[in-house]
Amino acid sequence: MAAAVTAAEAGAKVLVLDEQPGPGGQIYRGIEAPGGAGDTVLGVEYHHGRTLSTALRNSGAGYLPGATVWQVSPQREIGVSVDGMARIITADAVIIATGAMERPFPVPGWTLPGVMSVGAAQIALKAHGLGAPDAVFVGTGPLLYLIAHQYVRAGIAVKAVLDTTPWHRYLTAAPYLPGALLASRQLLKGLGYMRAIRQAGVPFIKGVGSISIAGNGTADAIRYEKSGHLHELAADHIFVHQGVVPNVNLTRATGCDHLWNGAQECWRVVADTWGETSLAGIFAAGDATHIGGALAAEHEGRLAALAALTHTGRLDPSVRNNRGAPIHQALAREMRLRPFLDALFRPPKVHRVPADDATIVCRCEEVTAGDIRRTAALGCPGPNQLKSFCRAGMGPCQGRLCSLTVTEMLAEANNATPGAVGDYRRRPPVKPLTVGELAALAGPD
Amino acid sequence: MFTEITAADNSTNLAFTFEGRMIEARVGMTVAAALLAAGEVATRETPISGNPRGAYCLMGVCFECLVMIDGIANQQGCMVLVRDGMNVSRQLGVAVVSP
Amino acid sequence: MNADVIVIGGGMVGSALAFGLRGQGLDTLMLDEGDVAFRAARGNFGLVWVQSKGFDCPEYAAWTRRSADLWPDFSSEMTELTGVELQHQRPGGLHVCLSDGEFAARAAQMSRLHNHSGGEFRYEMLDRTALDGMAKGFGPEVVGGSYSPLDGHANPLYLLRALQAGYKACGGRKILDAHVSRITWRRGVYRLQTARGDMEAPKLVIAAGLGTKPLAAMLGLDTPINPLRGQILVTERCAPFLDLPLTLIRQTGEGSVLMGDSHEEVGFDDGTRWEVLAGIVARARRIFPFLDSARIVRSWGALRPYSPDGLPIYDRPPEGDGAFVASVHSGVTLAAIHASAMAEAIADGRLPDEVSVLKAERFHVH
Repeated sequence: MAAAVTAAEAGAKVLVLDEQPGPGGQIYRGIEAPGGAGDTVLGVEYHHGRTLSTALRNSGAGYLPGATVWQVSPQREIGVSVDGMARIITADAVIIATGAMERPFPVPGWTLPGVMSVGAAQIALKAHGLGAPDAVFVGTGPLLYLIAHQYVRAGIAVKAVLDTTPWHRYLTAAPYLPGALLASRQLLKGLGYMRAIRQAGVPFIKGVGSISIAGNGTADAIRYEKSGHLHELAADHIFVHQGVVPNVNLTRATGCDHLWNGAQECWRVVADTWGETSLAGIFAAGDATHIGGALAAEHEGRLAALAALTHTGRLDPSVRNNRGAPIHQALAREMRLRPFLDALFRPPKVHRVPADDATIVCRCEEVTAGDIRRTAALGCPGPNQLKSFCRAGMGPCQGRLCSLTVTEMLAEANNATPGAVGDYRRRPPVKPLTVGELAALAGPD
Repeated sequence: MFTEITAADNSTNLAFTFEGRMIEARVGMTVAAALLAAGEVATRETPISGNPRGAYCLMGVCFECLVMIDGIANQQGCMVLVRDGMNVSRQLGVAVVSP
Repeated sequence: MNADVIVIGGGMVGSALAFGLRGQGLDTLMLDEGDVAFRAARGNFGLVWVQSKGFDCPEYAAWTRRSADLWPDFSSEMTELTGVELQHQRPGGLHVCLSDGEFAARAAQMSRLHNHSGGEFRYEMLDRTALDGMAKGFGPEVVGGSYSPLDGHANPLYLLRALQAGYKACGGRKILDAHVSRITWRRGVYRLQTARGDMEAPKLVIAAGLGTKPLAAMLGLDTPINPLRGQILVTERCAPFLDLPLTLIRQTGEGSVLMGDSHEEVGFDDGTRWEVLAGIVARARRIFPFLDSARIVRSWGALRPYSPDGLPIYDRPPEGDGAFVASVHSGVTLAAIHASAMAEAIADGRLPDEVSVLKAERFHVH
């Protein structure tokens, strides 16, 4: 939204292609929806999204909802489908702001109906005013505390919050704390969430070790280890979270370079300080590039728009630099808390690489951890050979929910770093489209 | 089970059928959300083992919420807004593509 | 010595030859590159195909037929050894024609192939009525096609997996990320400088796909192999509707539908172009209009090695007398014969007589 407004205000012809039915992405999901939970529940930060969406509506930028982009070529030809009809749109500059997704949480039973991501709980709340009483929230990371806090504010009963942040993380994160104190407003907010959750009487269990989910056809209980003992809680809805990661399917399919981000244990798009990727005229901004949160995404959107305007000759580079300087500074301030958060909430290995061979890693193709290990033992140079041998990553989600797990497991098997092992090759279409839709784009024979 | 956190008002004015059952939904609700609100968590069977699955991410990434809508297979329920009179059923296994 | 024989290349050809050589009792070392090596093996359509091969080269047509005939036993042996199911079927194959002109041209090609095979190549030209007996749902423009009972298909990815697993199970050794930068020959030994150290062996097989040309050149053999791109698309899994492979469309054992392909000389660009993909699916749905509702989930540009006449290169570099070069376009179809007769010949220090016309010298204009 921020990028579109900046570009439109400079007089550029702008089109926003949004897969969702309304603006806001995921952080501000449902910001225009009448049925959402409202600001009292969701908080003042959420309300800020309305400033952006209003600006978008007033900016003169074109906004197309329900538009599924299935490809961006290096020559900036965008393949997009709306209402079952595909077309190709060419642009002088493209800004990819496809955001983040939840890191997978491969534990036994995670595929049982009733198990959902914390992000899903937030979408249900924000866009549809729906909550699941007596659910268990489990994992690590700021969003875990946020959703529990929002549930408490909404008066929805929370069965328990199980925090898997290992206690020693507080030690490893401590060196990053001095820098983070400058971002104390955010830190205090987070501490406030935890206090409010406890004060509401919600069982808040820290130092939770390995978890598994049980059920017959649907989820009905979560088992967790703490201090050497095994505990069980009955619940038909279990919300899991261990951080968000960039959704790299589109940037990879487009051909942009990526690097392994060791601090965040995921991939990041290679881009300059304005967000221009390794492909000229193609920019990336926000959590799609590396995780920085909502406000950082806004700043990056504006920077990318300024750079795109310069790239297309609408803005003088010196003007771009002048306008960009305060935004770069604001972005740097936003990112100050990141190293601390990344260190503190680094997901425990036990929930990134399943120890139990029966745990499903590739949900779409039902490929288990054991299958992955057996395939890796054949000597696979990377995830693509592994994928071709056992079908992990070949399902409809196109590797979104299994690629990080597979890369880490193969790195372990090959005694290499994830960065050296690599990632699945992504290819268009990054979202499915029908034969009929694509065929209609064909020219005369 | 998911329930509405605000009091129901008469903006619940859409209805669709799910496997013979009529389900009401508010304008602007996605099929996946409406199914969850109606207590339907297992909304497909996988093509490989027939295991039950249901919505996981609600944002179009996981492809677990696939359902059949008005005869068209493998629609992401979380990406489709409920329309009045829609006919939704579980996606049981693979799509059928035939003459 | 690091081995009796070093095979450079862990793709379809390298793996089949290495497996066969190991089966001949040779201590074999396979050198492979990284994950995104131009692995033609992973881009392959999966046809085990006879009817479109060797129109102008009876020897190649015969070699292909022989491999296709070996495939059923080869497939069961691989499954028995490794547990990997290759999904090989041989129901025959169809080449569908969308006009009378196409039909006439195809009929002429089939007749030619039949004649110069001494009748070994069997086929039928089927009119529309006959075609309707073979599969349902052909579109109104389909006029007929050529059918050969000798054609079939298999899963190329599982083929590679089985070859790798079988090779390993039989004691074959493999080193990954072993890019070869230099090869010399001296006193009966080939010496290789690789990214994983120096290696040597008295026998060498260069089967490195698109990497073959520079390697063969190190031993004095010019092999004009260039990448030819074929774009392919695959759909989500569908309920089975087509058990007969077509040249352009086949349904896999999982139910996904493959459609392809193009023939483009674009260098080492393995990307896809939307207009080419649109053209491929446009033709596919003219053949089967009901494919309109099938959802495409992936496309890729398969870069396959291509010689100027499209035929394999089997040759022996002049440096030393223990090196062999093998480069083909149809690695899946020829896998069976590579794993058997070709490997036996190489183990024996020679190339099979029936492929003597496929040396690189045929490209050298004197």
